[in-house]
Parts: sequence; structure tokens; C-alpha cells
Amino acid sequence: MKRNNDTNYTIVDNRWIGTNTMLMVLEGPTDEFTMPGQFINIAIPGFTLRRPISVCDIEGDLLTIVYDVVGHGTEALSIMKPGTRLDILPALGRGFDISKCGDRPVLLGGGVGCPPIYSLAKNMISREILPTVILGFNSDERMIMIEQFENLDIPFYVATVDGSYGTKGFVTDVIKEEGLNPDYFYACGPLPMLRALCLGLTIPGQVSLEARMACGFGACMCCSLETKSGPKRICKEGPVFDKEELIWK
Amino acid sequence: MEIEGKEFDLSVRLNDVRLKNPVIPASGCFGYGYGMTDYYDIDILGSISFKGTTLNPRYGNPLPRVAECTSGMINSVGLQNPGIDAVISDELPKMREAFHGPIIANISGFSVDEYRECCHRIDGQPQVEIIELNVSCPNVHGGGMSFGTCPESVAEVVKAVKGVTSIPVFVKLSPNVTDIVTIALAAEHAGADGLCLINTLLGMRIDLRTRKPVVANVMGGFSGPAVFPVALRMIYQVANACSIPVIGCGGVSTAEDVLEMMMAGAKAVEVGTANLINPWACRDIIDNLPDAMDRYGISSLDSICK
Repeated sequence: MKRNNDTNYTIVDNRWIGTNTMLMVLEGPTDEFTMPGQFINIAIPGFTLRRPISVCDIEGDLLTIVYDVVGHGTEALSIMKPGTRLDILPALGRGFDISKCGDRPVLLGGGVGCPPIYSLAKNMISREILPTVILGFNSDERMIMIEQFENLDIPFYVATVDGSYGTKGFVTDVIKEEGLNPDYFYACGPLPMLRALCLGLTIPGQVSLEARMACGFGACMCCSLETKSGPKRICKEGPVFDKEELIWK
Repeated sequence: MEIEGKEFDLSVRLNDVRLKNPVIPASGCFGYGYGMTDYYDIDILGSISFKGTTLNPRYGNPLPRVAECTSGMINSVGLQNPGIDAVISDELPKMREAFHGPIIANISGFSVDEYRECCHRIDGQPQVEIIELNVSCPNVHGGGMSFGTCPESVAEVVKAVKGVTSIPVFVKLSPNVTDIVTIALAAEHAGADGLCLINTLLGMRIDLRTRKPVVANVMGGFSGPAVFPVALRMIYQVANACSIPVIGCGGVSTAEDVLEMMMAGAKAVEVGTANLINPWACRDIIDNLPDAMDRYGISSLDSICK
């Protein structure tokens, strides 16, 4: 089946939900999405390259993304008003594979890596899988989406590096302190966190990686990653990879 | 193609190779083509220049490999490819399933021997009707200087590969030279059947926060709409000085860009960066060509340049 030619999306909502983080709701085609953890690639007028951003939630034809304002591109995105139309390539990449989740999956999000964990958790719940969610932030000032996760009504923990909220330390400290015994993990967050999880946890799992991309659909090789089974494109074979595939140097 | 009773002939010729239209995805911006069939039927394309291929597999440069620029981008992919044998056994068969027109084999090398061996192996492959030599790689036996910056090196590579293949050989020229006409003439005199220009311009960006280069390899190839006037100028100079056909390349993103480049002397046109921004870019350009031709009183593309 050919990709939908209609790349027009309309901004329904665009607001701050943290000191450096915004939530945007877009209206447009959502039928091509097949897995939580996929991303969209947004053309921002005035910029050459699209900006790849993970999907946080899909409800009907409404698509929610959560993004950090980190540079000129996301700055331009942050001041866009509802009603503005955006050219977006939807449903990119391979997301989280829920079929491998085991009996006691734990979902781990770090910082702006939390939004795709939300869509993963919702997806699991809709399939009657009960995950435990642990989110990690630098401090309470940087926390996002706490209320949304609390409303999922599943075991939910928060860690902050400075101890200003929840468990002091990292998401892995929550697993230890709470005596959790997960048999599979899913993670999205900063690279040091993913590295610590892949090298530290003995259970199998999947992690979502990010990279600077040009195309986002597998044509340019700008986001290529060396894995145990050869080079893989983060935008196409990823962004989610099995822990066992990854090489940590 | 026909609009309101008027016929528009989009076909062009590169020597004896006939393309149904002049639009060719440029090497490195379209993989081996079949990956783009999610987006459209790639059989509509005039040709496809496949991803730069070397003798041995290459992972390429470390990440990040890309930097945003005003009206363009910098890439330092570093010729990631599975190597010529895997291209022949795995990639080309998949490519031929999705695309039935003439294929351009983009070949890179770090020594004259590597170019010769790659061209020898690709010779005789079905549908491979043009070899495009990327001479922008450093010559490991020549002090690391790019083949494409030295007329003698370009001539040496062309002569070497002409001896091992009967496929027409086009040389893809680097713009990072003092006088591109000298290099073009050297390629022509050495026996090249055609030229393709331009490859990317060497560029660089620095991240203000880290004070370090954005791409890990420090420098990379600058491409996109911003380079179009530079490409056009060089195509004009080279087409006027040489008698072999020129494939234009550099910043093309619209049907009007195609016409302008052909008016500068290109017989066909490669589209690169535009594909990465809009996966349907080549299809859109082909769709828009008859209208654009009509607007400027052109009935046949092949008649634009002599």
C-alpha cells in the first residue's frame, strides 16, 4: 500500500506543559500508525530539514506530540497558533513491539523521552496488559505529564536526580527500592539512561533511540547505527531496537 | 504527455541512452530506489543514480552526520554502502523489481584500482546503462587529496575504468576546485562519455552551545536549494567548453529548476536534497513539467539544449 499523499495537519492546541516543554495536538490522518513509539517528521516553514518528534498519543484523528524547545526549529514550532497548517510525514519508523512484553513489563521514561512511553502504556492497557511505569527527571521543575500517567491507574513511580520529587536518583533506583521484579523493559530517554539500563538490567527489553536525521524515512543514511546485525537506520529499522541488538562502546 | 491538445515530449537522450524524462534521483538521496516505493511508483522516473558504492562494505562516518543550513543541509554520511558484491547480489535485483528503466551506477573509490575493480564487476549487470564515477573521494595513494581536484587523477581514473567496461562512463565532478572546466576537459580528453555536476560543496557548521562542529566529521557536503546558482553557473561553463553530455545536479527542487538547468546546458537533471524533504519530490517535478514547459513555450525537452 502506498503512503497517504495527504500530509496536511492542523494545529488544534499548542501549549507549555513544563519549563522547556510544549504539548501540541494536531488534527489529520492517523490511519497509518501501527505501533506506539513511531514518530512524525514536521516541515517547519523557513527551515530546510523536517523535525522528527515522537508521538505521545493518538485519539481518532487527533495526534499529540510533546517536544522540548531546544533550537530555532522547535522555537518556531512553539509560537505557532491553533489553526496553523503543517506539512507532516506521519507514522515513521518501527515502534515498540508489544508482543514480547512478558508478564511483568516495566516502562521507563526519562525527561522528554516520557511521551512515547505514554502511548505505549495506553496501548498495553487497551490490550489488557498491566505495565508498571517509572519516569525520571532531573528535578521537580522539569517534570511533565505526571497527571496523565497517574490517570492511567497503573503502578506508577517517579524519580528525580535531586530528590525534589519521588525517589531520589534514577529510574533504576526505583526498581531496587520498591523491590520490583519486572521480566521485560521498554525505555525511552537520554542516551546515558538507556546505556545504564541496557548494561545494568539483566532482563530483556527494547529502547527507543534518537538521532539527528535528514529525511526520516530511510533514504539518506544520516542516522545509521552500527548494531550486532550490521548497520541499521534509526529512522527506519528503529527508533526502537532490541537491547540485544545494540553495541555500547 | 498532452495538455489541451498540445503534446509535450519529456524524453531526453544521454548519448545512446534514452530516458523517458530528465528527472533522476541523485546518488545518496534515494538509496537503491525500492525503499521509496512506499511513497510512489518509481517506474515513472527517467533514471535512478544509486547510492555511492565502493569495493568493500563501509559503515561511513560517526553520527551526527547532518547539519541544518539556510536553504540547504550539510551531510557527512561517508559513503556508507554494503560494497559492490552485495549491491549486485542483493540491492540491484530488488531495484530492478521496482524500476525498469536505465540505472546509473554511482561508483566511488579510494584508489584507481578500486574504481577499476568496481566498474569491472558492475559491467554487464542488466539495466545498468551508465556508470557515474564519484571522484570526490580522497586518493589514498595520492596524499589523500580528492581525485576530483586534480585533472591528471581524473584522467587516470577515467582511462582505467574505460578499459574494463563498455558501459558509458560519466564523471561526477566536485565543485570544490579553482577551475571546473579544466577538470571537465581532462575527463573528456581521457575518454569520458559524459559528465555530471555538481557534487556537494564542502561546508561546515558550529553549534554555538558546545562551540564544536555540528557534524562529527567536522566538515561535510553542502547541498540543497542554496547551491542551485553555483551549480547552474558551473554547468553553463562546462557545457560550453565540452562536447560530451552533461547531467545537471545541485539544488533542483522544482520543474522550473529543471528547465533552467537544461537551458544552462544539462541534458538531464539529478534531484538530491529535495527528495529528503519531500519524498514525492521527483514525482511532483515530473507531474509539473508539462505545465512549466507550456508556460515557457517548450514542446520538447531534448530540444532545449543542443
